[in-house]
Amino acid sequence: MPVSEAAAAAAAGPIGSASCRPLIEMSRISKRFLDVVATRDVDFAVFPGEICALLGENGAGKTTLMNVLFGFYTADSGEIRVQGEPIATPSPKEAIRRGIQMIHQHFALVPPMSVLENVILGHETGAGPFLDLDEGLARLAALQSRFGMNLDPAARVWTLSVGEQQKVEILKALYRGARVLIMDEPTAVLVPSEIVELFKTLRTFASQGNGVVFISHKLNEVMEISSRIVVLRNGQVVASRATARTTPRELASLMVGGEVVERARRSGGGPGDPVLEISGLEASNDKGVPAVKRVDLTVRQREIVGIAGVSGNGQRELAEVVFGLRTPSGGSVTVGATRLVSGDPSSSIAAGMARIPEDRIATGLLMSLSIADNLILENHGSGEFLSFCLMDHDRIRRHGERLIHEYHIKATGPAVVAGSLSGGNLQKVILARSLSSRPRVIVAAQPTRGLDVGAAQYIHGRLFEERDRGAAIVLISEDLDEILAVSDRIVVMYEGRIVGEVPADRAARDQLGLWMSGVVG
Amino acid sequence: MSDDLVGLAFVTGLLAAAVRMATPVVFAMLGEVLAERAGVLNLGIEGTMLMGAMTGFVVAIKTGSLWLGVLAAAAVGMLLGLLMAVLAVHLGLSQHVSGLGITLLSTGLAMFIYRLCFGSPTVPPTVVPFGQVAIPVLAKIPLVGPALFDQYALVYLSWALIPAVSVLLYRTKIGLRLRAVGENPFAADTAGVNVPLVRTVSLVCGGALMGVGGAFLTLAHQNMFLMDVVGGRGWIAVAMVIFGNWDPVKGALGAGLFGLLDGLQLRLQALGLAVPFHVFLIIPYVVTVLAMMSVSRKAMAPAGLLKPYRREDRGG
Ligand SMILES: Nc1ncnc2c1ncn2[C@@H]1O[C@H](COP(=O)(O)OP(=O)(O)OP(=O)(O)O)[C@@H](O)[C@H]1O
Ligand SMILES: [Mg+2]
Repeated sequence: MPVSEAAAAAAAGPIGSASCRPLIEMSRISKRFLDVVATRDVDFAVFPGEICALLGENGAGKTTLMNVLFGFYTADSGEIRVQGEPIATPSPKEAIRRGIQMIHQHFALVPPMSVLENVILGHETGAGPFLDLDEGLARLAALQSRFGMNLDPAARVWTLSVGEQQKVEILKALYRGARVLIMDEPTAVLVPSEIVELFKTLRTFASQGNGVVFISHKLNEVMEISSRIVVLRNGQVVASRATARTTPRELASLMVGGEVVERARRSGGGPGDPVLEISGLEASNDKGVPAVKRVDLTVRQREIVGIAGVSGNGQRELAEVVFGLRTPSGGSVTVGATRLVSGDPSSSIAAGMARIPEDRIATGLLMSLSIADNLILENHGSGEFLSFCLMDHDRIRRHGERLIHEYHIKATGPAVVAGSLSGGNLQKVILARSLSSRPRVIVAAQPTRGLDVGAAQYIHGRLFEERDRGAAIVLISEDLDEILAVSDRIVVMYEGRIVGEVPADRAARDQLGLWMSGVVG
Repeated sequence: MSDDLVGLAFVTGLLAAAVRMATPVVFAMLGEVLAERAGVLNLGIEGTMLMGAMTGFVVAIKTGSLWLGVLAAAAVGMLLGLLMAVLAVHLGLSQHVSGLGITLLSTGLAMFIYRLCFGSPTVPPTVVPFGQVAIPVLAKIPLVGPALFDQYALVYLSWALIPAVSVLLYRTKIGLRLRAVGENPFAADTAGVNVPLVRTVSLVCGGALMGVGGAFLTLAHQNMFLMDVVGGRGWIAVAMVIFGNWDPVKGALGAGLFGLLDGLQLRLQALGLAVPFHVFLIIPYVVTVLAMMSVSRKAMAPAGLLKPYRREDRGG
């Protein structure tokens, strides 16, 4: 990835010359939650004109550190200075007043309110107690033109796309006169063209003497946008590098504290016979609106088909219908020679299908049950875990112990409740459960969303192994890099239809991006 | 009698009764709207009204001033609103449990204080209630004039409060913050809005309105305090908030409808038909349930309702 000129120029400032005064400075910040130390004695600074990337594994403490800077979390110890002046009583209100703005991973927007109302919330315009929206409107219009945005100020936020909602968040920050903008994994939900736009906005913002903190798990993005990179590990800063003087490989090993081993992409032969056949599938979403429209898709043995698309284009519904969690309004799903009973997940499991659900917590695991119990959720009735019709806890525990070991799940034992695990380890539990039955078909939805590089690579490696063993795999992901890295064949979904298909080795990023935004041709 | 059924006097009487019956519900409904738009379901409403009814009555008798009674009822409502805020906002307890707890507490407490003041007399003490205030000119309009414009001052106050609460919610800075807090407290918090403060103030102000709604019952509608004086009107107000889709004006229309049915059932009872009077008593409640069933499917509750908000909780 090319390093932009602006980024390279900015890198020279903070690193090397001591004359440049930081916009904000955090020193010896410690924060713990009950028994977890999230950050320990962290020093961190943001300089004018720089885009500073914050990297680290899941749970390294990136979000926590930034929440402390924003005054949203109260640190147990440490100090924050804004242009040399300490913040005595940190709170979001105080942070905003001092020019610090944070855009959280889960947007802080009020969906039924208009763009304008969201932007001015807390900084309302008008005389006395009354609201004067016109005054805010003028200021919003000026901001929009300065940053080349054109959102309709009267539009209700819930009607906007995720990318547009992020723009509302940015406008909100600019409206309050942000000098330091913190963005927590902002690109996780964007399509490639939106990422380009976001980067342009961030560069414009930084070039005006402001600072940006950019959190991401995607190393190539970090290399492209940032001028300096700070790596956190286990709540401590382990490195600060000028972007121009480091490599993704070095960063990855800094994050995990050792070399990251990439797995071989393919060892077995090419695709075999068709296993999963989806034909003419149609289904509605929760609101009763058609979400999957006449989808045909065949996945072969030893093949990973990646389904790319912006979230909300029917991928989730497709995955649910295929697994029998949603009743289709037409079409059929066949595994091998068996036609699945629509709307009946047990027939899918019996036919050898496994799923990695999009929402780990809501539809993947029971957070208050033990790991061992979670691991048998989909085959608890198989007889393997029963003795005289009752659950055989001894066998369930041994099964748990074996999988914890096999899948490197970081937990003290099979009796630990799932709720106490980190995101990456939750995903490993799901993986262990679905893969231990040696499925013929795997439907994986966003399997690495929010996971760090190491965890993501582990999951990808497992998918490769399953594919080489002979499984037919459907990979649904909004992350184009993941689709490109893992799939053998790529299809793109747009508004419930498959609008494009291409073998992975001939796929071009721009073409996929166009398909994802509905441009077919 | 049956001539009256179609007569003008009947219509006027019915309208006047409807307005009177609706007024306590309007006060309480407005109070509940404030609380719920800020994200807190206040089920202490029934008890708060009862405490308002009792306090208003006791203070009016002891001081001889009806208006002091009303103020005292508002003050007690504010205290109970504050208690609700401590439990549900600051301690983050379940809103259902906190609210029902306050209603249970108030039910016992109201009787207890009443007994402390008056013992258990065979003939309950009474006040000289508020008299009607006719508005010049308007009260002379045929048919509706005497019904709508020859009413208690508190009735006019409740009318004035409907647009006032509307303006507060939709046209003021505080209103924008209040709605934001109710929809997404996380968004409000990160915008620098003090979420616990906004919720507390909403509950306290809402409590005042509930208290006054209760006082209307003992100082205008009737002239004495009975244990069942509120009679579920607090719950009706909660229903009206949903019926009105959390909008003060629509909620007031619902309360008016309830008042009309209540007035109608009284009149039907008076006809002396060979039907147990209980059948008439339940009419407004049955219609309320039916109306709720039809509208509540479209109802859009504030998204933050019922969810305690604490900054460092996971999932923000
Ligand atoms: N509000 C909270 N309550 C309890 N524990 C928390 C809270 N927030 C974070 N933690 C814990 O603090 C540690 C750091 O979490 P943090 O969210 O800062 O990590 P992160 O680097 O942002 O990870 P990710 O890449 O997954 O977003 C983790 O162990 C996490 O479980
Ligand atoms: Mg994070």
